[in-house]
Amino acid sequence: MNGINPTLAFAIVTAIKAGVLIFVVVTAFAYLMLFERKLLAWFQLRVGPIWCGPWGLLQPAADAIKLVLKEDLTPATADPFIYKIAPALAVLTALMAYAIVPFGTFPDGSPISIANPNVGILFLLATGAIGVYGIALGGWSSQSKWPLLGAIRSTAQLISYELAMGLSIVGVLIIAGTTSLQGIVAAQSAHHVWFIIPQIVAFLIYGITATAETNRAPFDLPEAETELVAGFHTEYSSLRFGTFFVAEYINMITVSAIGTLLFLGGGDGPFVAQIPWLTIVWFLAKVGLLLFIFIWLRATLPRLRYDRLMAFGWKVLLPIAALNLLVTAAIVALRGHGI
Amino acid sequence: MKINPLAAAWAIIVGHATTLKYLFRKKATIDYPREPYPHPERFRGVHELRKYDDGMERCIGCELCAVACPANAITVIGAENDPKKPVSPGERYGYRYEIDMLRCIFCGWCEEACPTDAIVLTPRFDIADFTRQRLVFGKDKLVVRDPYTQHLANTESSVETDPGVVRTDVEAKS
Repeated sequence: MNGINPTLAFAIVTAIKAGVLIFVVVTAFAYLMLFERKLLAWFQLRVGPIWCGPWGLLQPAADAIKLVLKEDLTPATADPFIYKIAPALAVLTALMAYAIVPFGTFPDGSPISIANPNVGILFLLATGAIGVYGIALGGWSSQSKWPLLGAIRSTAQLISYELAMGLSIVGVLIIAGTTSLQGIVAAQSAHHVWFIIPQIVAFLIYGITATAETNRAPFDLPEAETELVAGFHTEYSSLRFGTFFVAEYINMITVSAIGTLLFLGGGDGPFVAQIPWLTIVWFLAKVGLLLFIFIWLRATLPRLRYDRLMAFGWKVLLPIAALNLLVTAAIVALRGHGI
Repeated sequence: MKINPLAAAWAIIVGHATTLKYLFRKKATIDYPREPYPHPERFRGVHELRKYDDGMERCIGCELCAVACPANAITVIGAENDPKKPVSPGERYGYRYEIDMLRCIFCGWCEEACPTDAIVLTPRFDIADFTRQRLVFGKDKLVVRDPYTQHLANTESSVETDPGVVRTDVEAKS
C-alpha cells in the first residue's frame, strides 16, 4: 500500500470484498431456488427439476436465461420511473444487510465480514424496514388493483410483525450486552451457550416474524396466488420480475443468517478452536438448516386469512414478545449481569 | 374465534411430522421417456397385424373390423391372393389396411370382430408425431415383422374357448 492514499486503498479493498460477496449471495440465491423446488417436490412425492444438467443443477441458469429473454412490459398507466426503480430498490436493500454479516473468523481471529458497526442490529432492522418500499412502490406504481392490494397487505404485515421481531431481538441484546453482531457471536462462543437456550421464546417469535417479513408461506399474503393473481408483482415481467424474486430469496437468506448469528451462535461449533475455517462451515450449515425450515413450513402450512394474520401479530406475538422481554430484563437486572 | 392454543400448536407439529415423513418416502414420479411406463396387463394401445408362424399374414381382408369400428378409423381393401405367391392362407388378403390413429378410440372392438385374430391391440402408446398424415398407420407400420415376437396378449384365451373363430381349414393347410 506504499504511496497509495489509505482511504482509497480501504475503499478499493471494500469494493472488492463487496463484489465477491454479491457474487456469492446471488449464486446462493440461484441455488436456494433450486433447493426449494427440489425440496417442495420431494415433500409432494415428485422429483423436481432433473432435466437441466446432472440432477437439475443447471436449472437456475435455464431459468435466468428464460427470464432475460422475456419481454419487459410497463403498463401504460404505470408511473414509469417508480415502476422501474422499485425492483432495484427491493434487491438493493436485500443485499445491503450483508455488509455487516460476519460469516466466520479467519485463522488469525479476525472476522470474515465487510464492516462491523457497533449498531449492527439497528442497521439490519433499518434495511429490513426499507425493503418493504420496493414491494409497496412496485405495487402502487403498477396502477392496478391486485398489485395495490398486495402492496397494502405487505406494508400492514411488515408494520405488525416488525414490532414483535424487534422485541424478540432486544431480549438477545440485553443478555449479550452489545448491539454489534460480532459482539453477540463472541458472547455466545465465549460462554459456550447459544442464545436459543435462554431465549427459546424469542427464537420462536423471531422465526415466525421473519417468515412474515420475507412474505413466505404461510404468511405470503402480499403475493397470494389464489386471491391476488401474483400480488405486488402481477404487472411485472422479464428481469424486473426476476429481481423481485432475487430480493425475496436473498431476504430469506438474510433472516436465516441473522437468526443464526443471534440465536445459534454464528460460526460456533465443535472443533472451531482447532480449525478456524470450520466457522464458515458451521455458519453455512446453520443457515442451511434454517432455510430448510422455511421450505418445510411452506410445504406444510396453508396460508393464513388476512384478518387472522393481523390478529395473530398484534394480539398474540406482540404481548408474548413484550412479556419475554420483561422477564429477560428482570432476570438480568436481578443477576446484575447478562450472561 | 375460539382456538385452543395448545391443540393448535400440536396440530402444527403433527403436520410438520407428516410432511417430513413424505420427504423420505419413495417418489411417485416415473422418469417416463427414460424408463418404461408400467401399464396394466390388458392395456389397449397401438394395433398390430399378426402373422401365422410360417410368416403368412392372418388378415383375410374381410372388413369386419372396419364395420365394427365405432370411430370409423379403419379402412380395409381386400384382394384375391395370387395362388403362386399367397400373402395369407385362403382366398383373400388385406391389400390395404389403414388405421387412423387420430380417430381410433382404442376400444378393442376390431380385435373382437376379427375372425382370424389378425388385429390385436398392443401396450405401445407413445405415437406422437408432427403431421396428421403420418398418424394414419398403414400395413408398413401395422404388420409385425417377425411372427415370433408379435404381441400375444388378449388373444390366446379367445382362440381356445371359442374354436369357431379359428379357421381350422386354413390352419390345416398351412
